[in-house]
Amino acid sequence: MGTVTPDVEIRLFKSVLRLRRAEESLAALYSEQEMRTPTHFGVGQEAVASGVCEALLPDDVVYSHHRCHNHYLAKGGSVAGLAAELYGRETGCANGRGGSVHLTAVDKGFVVSSAILGQTIAVATGSALAFQMDRSSRVAVTFFGEATCEEGVFYESMNYAALRKLPVLFVCENNLYSTESPLSTRQPTGTELCERARAFKVTAEKVDGNDTIAVFEAATRAVESIRAGNGPVFLECMTYRWREHVGPGFDHELGRTYRTKAELDKWIEHCPVKLAGERLQSRGIASEAQIARWTEEVESEIRVAVLTAKQAPWPEAQNLFDNIY
Amino acid sequence: MRELKYYEALSEGLVQAMERDSSIFVTGIAVDYASGIFGSTVEATRRFGPERVFDSPAMENAMTGICIGAAAMGKRPMMVHPRNDFMFLAFDQLINLAAKWRYMYGGNAGSVPVVVRAVVGKGWGQGATHSQSLQSLLAHFPGLQVVLPALPQDAKGLTIAALQSNAPTVILEHRTLYGISGPVDEAYVPTPIGKARVVQEGTDVTIVATSFMVIEAMRAAEELAKEGVSVELVDLRSIRPLDEETILSSVRKTGRLVVADTSWELCGVVSEIAALAAEKAFHSLKAPVRRIALADCPAPVSMSLEAAFYPKASTIARAVLATLGRTHSHLGDIDLADDFKGPY
Repeated sequence: MGTVTPDVEIRLFKSVLRLRRAEESLAALYSEQEMRTPTHFGVGQEAVASGVCEALLPDDVVYSHHRCHNHYLAKGGSVAGLAAELYGRETGCANGRGGSVHLTAVDKGFVVSSAILGQTIAVATGSALAFQMDRSSRVAVTFFGEATCEEGVFYESMNYAALRKLPVLFVCENNLYSTESPLSTRQPTGTELCERARAFKVTAEKVDGNDTIAVFEAATRAVESIRAGNGPVFLECMTYRWREHVGPGFDHELGRTYRTKAELDKWIEHCPVKLAGERLQSRGIASEAQIARWTEEVESEIRVAVLTAKQAPWPEAQNLFDNIY
Repeated sequence: MRELKYYEALSEGLVQAMERDSSIFVTGIAVDYASGIFGSTVEATRRFGPERVFDSPAMENAMTGICIGAAAMGKRPMMVHPRNDFMFLAFDQLINLAAKWRYMYGGNAGSVPVVVRAVVGKGWGQGATHSQSLQSLLAHFPGLQVVLPALPQDAKGLTIAALQSNAPTVILEHRTLYGISGPVDEAYVPTPIGKARVVQEGTDVTIVATSFMVIEAMRAAEELAKEGVSVELVDLRSIRPLDEETILSSVRKTGRLVVADTSWELCGVVSEIAALAAEKAFHSLKAPVRRIALADCPAPVSMSLEAAFYPKASTIARAVLATLGRTHSHLGDIDLADDFKGPY
């Protein structure tokens, strides 16, 4: 683990490609009004999920937030389980009880995602506590947006993780906006979140969150340090959400002015999938034709998943009370 | 059967559970102090050490989330709040996540068997933010279990049951109970969660009480017996799940109901039980249901106001007599003096 071999590069590319195609396909279908669950698409932010998850072992665990599809898929969750969950079917990864923001794939190490900001930061810290108690080498990872660094639970958790040197990786996806609120209305000018982490004696690093290799390498360094017993690491990944906060649209097409089309275009130029694909080709690791074949494989998985989801059974009303306790 | 104090019973239940299940750990502010949550965690600290009983920084919300995350990995955490009131800070993790975990992930993410203990303060100037009793709020939410042991036997039994259960469970303990003695089984036996206890059988009036109000109701019942009134006393023990059957069968037998709880009336446990009787035992009722609860204001500090704020044995006894259309003038004698010595 840790070295950027051609195999790693291929896996990273195939991962971001899968995340992108899945989200784009689901976003295209979303307007049919058949997925009746508020959905926060992660298009544009794929490299964070793919880069970090590639640095993990299968029994490491991952937690996520409301914009969770990328993390669920990158850790190994199935498109079928995701699609069926969005369509509210019994075959969804949460049996249609959770919806877009409450995903799970425990057998793949994706424990849960949750919609309340910061919740799973504490929960991942607790899983790390369990690993430490068991003297296991497993690592717990929590993904969250930069707005969560405005929540108290982030600081409580970071303080505790540092106090006990817990094996937890805090991955902040800084996409510059919380719903429609820019950083300028939420954090003092000149804020460096890594400085906040360091104030808690937490090792911190900031990376280009659209560069799969940079994220993978930073996550690898982090995980190695954590497994060596050095305590938690905070990773700030700079990235950008292409679509609206919740829903499949684009802000500029919906008349929203909190950010500009020019800004979006700049980030689309810096697309994580494009960057990873170009790198593969320029280094002679994969041809355009090979990439086209991978794309078709992914598209095929998604088509089957969506078709199967739409035909899957609805949860029965008689099972409304299942699994309360 | 040998007798134990309430705190000793809590301790014995915890230690026996920890002996049998190495996944149990205990945390929260002050759990490993020499004072050990009124003595209830002292033996666990001595026996199992800092690996399994450890203090927590003041971070109620994250620590609850940490317990959830540990539980998701197979641990059975017990988190202790030295006062109920601090638990408000943990409501996001407890209510928004723990209570919903099993359901909202379709059962596919397992369970998070977190046990939360929280102490209710009373008297000696505890005041507005150290005396609240949160059972009504917590019991509102499907997915949580909420229990209030009143007798030492159930302090032990419900501790064991909570630590065996897969559902997140809140145990509310009234500070006034810690020194009370009673028979306690030496064996490792859980008290079933969701089952009320008929403390004494009677024929004239049913008193349904929770926590410390069970002790007050016992004193009231003793005095009322001298007056020829036969009280059936039901200790609710569990608010969620609620044992409707035991309550209703008692009300159908006696036709009269007084409900006494350690919290307020509006949207409270007393109102829930009254509604239950009105809905499902209406035709058995011979008199209006009476609710005994805290005065409808925040808890005051001054002794003179505290005396007016808290209902007591005589309050219950008068309510019982009222349901029978009777009055009595000497009942004040039955009230316990507040012998708590501060500061804690």
